[in-house]
Amino acid sequence: MELQKFQYDNKIVKWFAYATMFWGLVGMLVGVIAAIQLFIPALNMNLPYTTFGRLRPVHTNAVIFAFVGNGIFMGVYYSIQRLLKARMFSDFLSKIHFYGWQLIIVLAAVSLLMGKTTGKEYAELEWPIDILITLVWVVFGWNMFGTIIRRRERHLYVAIWFYIGTLVTVAMLHIVNSIEIPVSFWKSYSWYAGVQDALVQWWYGHNAVAFFLTTPYLGLMYYFLPKAANRPVYSYRLSIIHFWSLIFIYIWAGPHHLLYTSVPDWAQSLGVVFSIMLIAPSWGGMINGLLTLRGAWDKVREDVVLKFMVVAVTAYGMATFEGPMLSLKSVSAISHYTDWIVAHVHVGALGWNGFLTFGILYWIVPRMFRTELYSKKLANMHFWIGTLGIVLYAVPMYWSGIMQSLMWKEFTPEGQLRWQFMDTVTKMIPFYATRAIGGTLYLTGAIIMVYNLIKTVKAGNFLANEDAEAAALEKHASHGKEHWHRWIERKPVQLMIVSLVVVTIGGVIEFVPTFLVKSNIPTIASVKPYTPLELHGRDIYVREGCYTCHSQMIRPFRSETARYGEYSKAGEFVYDHPFQWGSKRTGPDLARLGNKYPDSWHYNHMLDPTSMSPGSIMPPYPWLFDDKVDVSLTVAKIKAMQRLGVPYPKGFENEAAKDMEKQAKVISENLKKDGIETMPDKEIVALIAYLQRLGTDIKNEPKEIEKK
Amino acid sequence: MKFINYLESITDIGVYPLVALLIFFLFFIGVAFYVILARKEYFDTLSNLPLRSSETDTLIPNTTGYDEETK
Repeated sequence: MELQKFQYDNKIVKWFAYATMFWGLVGMLVGVIAAIQLFIPALNMNLPYTTFGRLRPVHTNAVIFAFVGNGIFMGVYYSIQRLLKARMFSDFLSKIHFYGWQLIIVLAAVSLLMGKTTGKEYAELEWPIDILITLVWVVFGWNMFGTIIRRRERHLYVAIWFYIGTLVTVAMLHIVNSIEIPVSFWKSYSWYAGVQDALVQWWYGHNAVAFFLTTPYLGLMYYFLPKAANRPVYSYRLSIIHFWSLIFIYIWAGPHHLLYTSVPDWAQSLGVVFSIMLIAPSWGGMINGLLTLRGAWDKVREDVVLKFMVVAVTAYGMATFEGPMLSLKSVSAISHYTDWIVAHVHVGALGWNGFLTFGILYWIVPRMFRTELYSKKLANMHFWIGTLGIVLYAVPMYWSGIMQSLMWKEFTPEGQLRWQFMDTVTKMIPFYATRAIGGTLYLTGAIIMVYNLIKTVKAGNFLANEDAEAAALEKHASHGKEHWHRWIERKPVQLMIVSLVVVTIGGVIEFVPTFLVKSNIPTIASVKPYTPLELHGRDIYVREGCYTCHSQMIRPFRSETARYGEYSKAGEFVYDHPFQWGSKRTGPDLARLGNKYPDSWHYNHMLDPTSMSPGSIMPPYPWLFDDKVDVSLTVAKIKAMQRLGVPYPKGFENEAAKDMEKQAKVISENLKKDGIETMPDKEIVALIAYLQRLGTDIKNEPKEIEKK
Repeated sequence: MKFINYLESITDIGVYPLVALLIFFLFFIGVAFYVILARKEYFDTLSNLPLRSSETDTLIPNTTGYDEETK
């Protein structure tokens, strides 16, 4: 067979590597700032763009989609060319992919800081960016499949299976969760409401972890770990079982983020069962990775790349053991809404994703630049600083998370809650500080790496196009065997379709009954749509990212009903596009905040939280007192809600302005009685209207509830 | 546009998860059989795919000391 000469494209790998490093530093830096804001609230700087509620989504999006995203593309573009013995299908598509993705990141950062958000965690980006993501993802898929079709290697190595599984599943998750009705260019409402929105969101949220942070990185592990250790993977058989069982089971586990909430019980149970099952494939993968190093453990002592990879795979094992444990209802009862979850996520993010990325960078950059790493000493330093950073990050958060949860649940012998919420916040401060030190150490390590790699790049000589040769794939025209080989040739496409079917089933079985069957979302007669003013207030609540620190979901525990009031019912959220249940209680739950305090309390609290609750770490929101409610969108908002099925009377959009004025006047008069002069058209008035509405509907007709 | 709860219940919904379980149980049995029965040499070929050297591999001396005989 004639050998064909071709070249691997290292340039695109280089660009993605640079982007990985750059966005990694940005994402981590924003994370450190947000972490410090929790114990030094002055760092919120009284500016809308720098408050925690907006920085936190920038941090999560930057780290997931910018740092890890570029890391995925770097690793995929490097490995897939070599595994398939082919140059990427099109340099042009590679370029569009690269620049498109960076454009998305910049737009994301700017729009999130501007407060343009859908209010759904890890899916905060507004609809124009969502569409752009879809297009760029298609370009990535096109480029990848083009390469697969033009390959010179018949077999598809398991890493590529993971890449294909990632490609189809992320596309499905992104599209289904991002279906929204645009109100304006930068504002939309989720198609789903309340319980259904929650179910779709956490199906997405959980699988963003599964198919963006896990499966592509497992593909990278299956390529780069054997490469760095220079020995084949421990068991290829295990890797096949690993792949199929992981993608099948992962997709079902989403509802474990919603235990004890208003989601139907059967859906919660399904989530728990599949979460427990997840231990098997996850640990199968971890063991496969670690045993690849059998007989080479002495090399781990010397080779910094292997060090990073071993810690990465170990962190993966720890996080995937902890995850199923956290999914047990009794454990979730304690851990949910606390910093324990934040610690768990960061063992995965810092340990698994971060360290594997660092390992790959240390391996890839010197090779592409045909030189030795500038300093092994600095790389070792990075390893130890990073590891120490992870420990200092995670341990205080585990400790404080459990501590705070137990404080929330503690009763005196007389049957009263022992602690005010504020008491538990004050106790957190030293732990927040230690966590920030851990994060800073980790960032310092990353800065050392970037310096080390810049020095390496400067000393090296970049090989943009790497010569390679391989025989073309034979065309099998011989009789008898024809069918079998044709099947093999079509295998990538079949693999994609089967993966898609596998990941669809879990979602369908969980969604369809919740969407179709009446008994799953019992309606409550007294629950009414938001007034136009409250709707505007709710949009301000979403814009400021209040959900990053406050939940709106009271679980049916004595400790919660005693603190917050009647537990939340599914029927209370039927007009919530999007749902705002939140996932973290840095501050108290707000589900029954309405009518708890006078309007003036909220006014003063938003202006200076410590004036109403001494010791509060909530930032002030002074701009709400200057900015006017954007009434130009009122009609469009009501219309969008009507299209989503919210039962406003016909033609209500034209009366909405009058209705708003009326309600705002009442609030401003209320404030006047307490000596506060404010114009009724300010944003604070709308926000107060919304906060005073929260959870009050079912109080109006308590008998209706009793019947349920 | 809205998701309305059209149905009071879905007839025999209990069968759905059972069917799903069955499909995947059989699928797993299939994968397991395939994995167990396939030739070892085939998997050896596959698992060595990443180790074929390309130019960048040879630029830096291999320090891991793994050689074919120890496999």
